[in-house]
Amino acid sequence: MKEGKEKVCDACGGGPAVMHLTQVVDDQTTTSYLCERCAVEKGLSAPTPPNNPPLADFLAQMGGDEPKEPSDSDAELTCPFCGLTSSSFKEAGRLGCPQCYSTFENSLRGLLRRIHGGTQHVGKVYLPPDPTTTEVEQRLDGLRRKLQRAVAAEDFERAAEIRDEIRTLEPAS
Amino acid sequence: MDDLATIPDFGLGWLDASGPSSDIVLSTRVRLARNLQGNAFGPRARVNDREAVLKRVSGVMDRSNRLASGTLWDLQEVDSRTRSILLERRLVSQELLGGKKGEPQRGTGVILSTRDPLSIMVNEEDHLRLQSLLSGLRLHDGWSLVDRMDEELGQELPLAFHHEFGFLTSCPTNVGTGLRASVLMHLPGLVLTKEIGQVLQGLNQVGLTFRGLYGEGSEVVGNFFQVSNQTTLGKSEEDLVDHLDRIVRQVIQYETQARQVLMKEAPAETEDKIWRAYGLLRYARSLPFEEMINLLSGVRLGAGLKLLPGLRVYTVNKIMIYSQKAHLEQAAGRDLPPPERDAHRASYVRRILVSEGVVTSEGDESTED
Repeated sequence: MKEGKEKVCDACGGGPAVMHLTQVVDDQTTTSYLCERCAVEKGLSAPTPPNNPPLADFLAQMGGDEPKEPSDSDAELTCPFCGLTSSSFKEAGRLGCPQCYSTFENSLRGLLRRIHGGTQHVGKVYLPPDPTTTEVEQRLDGLRRKLQRAVAAEDFERAAEIRDEIRTLEPAS
Repeated sequence: MDDLATIPDFGLGWLDASGPSSDIVLSTRVRLARNLQGNAFGPRARVNDREAVLKRVSGVMDRSNRLASGTLWDLQEVDSRTRSILLERRLVSQELLGGKKGEPQRGTGVILSTRDPLSIMVNEEDHLRLQSLLSGLRLHDGWSLVDRMDEELGQELPLAFHHEFGFLTSCPTNVGTGLRASVLMHLPGLVLTKEIGQVLQGLNQVGLTFRGLYGEGSEVVGNFFQVSNQTTLGKSEEDLVDHLDRIVRQVIQYETQARQVLMKEAPAETEDKIWRAYGLLRYARSLPFEEMINLLSGVRLGAGLKLLPGLRVYTVNKIMIYSQKAHLEQAAGRDLPPPERDAHRASYVRRILVSEGVVTSEGDESTED
């Protein structure tokens, strides 16, 4: 273990240590300091590790220090539908209606990136009452993925349901 | 009047410890946050918005297979003890009931399915919070239940959905899938072997988070941890559920190993701890909730390790729920101030342990070998 003002990584000796690892193996305690990159490379996390949980997903989301929302300098915005203002959104951290997502879109993008690591939804696609062709296509893609999973999991009841829905959405050939 | 008797297992099916790994995993909860187009939600929802949403939802219940057999409870019309019972059974949140001291706002409700372990909170932070609650580790089943319910609702009601951001929610931490899957785990082995800190740190590193028994902001008591996904946007629902499932299985493995270590390295201390906990629960005349939940943790560990022969995990789960304030008051038929409540709790626990949790004297002897 290195004693200094600033700890450096024990593994590569270069990067600043961000993680303090204590391992107990057969009553032997070892302590080490790791930089972020080496911690990732070691797939570091849980105690008696036979398999280490995947870290990459989360670290990919961390993304370093992004600039704060460009909000303070921005003019105060007010949602035309529900009347929420940017300052009350900042204070409570809650939005008031679907329209808010368009009103505050710019500052939201940065916020969502910091919380979730991105802004693009890749899950289930909701089909509105009068869908466009693209919306139907996206929905169908999602359903086909789901169908594959249901079949792989041998959940044939669910698979049949999904297949029926795909049939109703697919353009008549 | 709404009656919990109409709900399957009185909303407590998840207690029966029938699910996979139920000695370590109490329950699996999967919830979806959804909002309707055309009404404000969260902090901007006014009485007329909430009432309109409640009306819109109740209007389509008949048309939904899953909800046709459900009952909608207008929370302002439910007496306060029953509301607390719903809370203690984890069918509604504190926030829906108007916070710790508050009253539910006009237009708040809960739909309880009489067919499946499904419920929908109406006008909590989001217009709709669909949730399934199952025994043991059953994340895929839980997801499948809420997914189907969501499909049915989505066909009847226009949901707030954005081509880029996905399902829109009041809090940006829920946007996208709106999915929060959580698994309530009992991890005394990892706590006793002091490995829990590393496990919890590990959870954070893989995008998961943990809370106490009663959800957001609650303390960890009795070594119960609720593990859930932290992010909701950028991954599909199935990927979020798969990831959580994989990690939870790993934590179960660590907990099992920690329990084996305890029995190998410190069998006498472990047995002593478990039997002391059992003894106190079996004979105490006054039990504050927190003390009880900590003792129950020891006894639950004992049941899992088969050190308390005859005691089922189900009995331990049942005590956890029925020894809460509103449940005790319901049984007593009146309000119970704290000292009296603790006495009622102790009496209830003794009664259940005598009727269901008899630990045979042979079992007792065999542990003294």
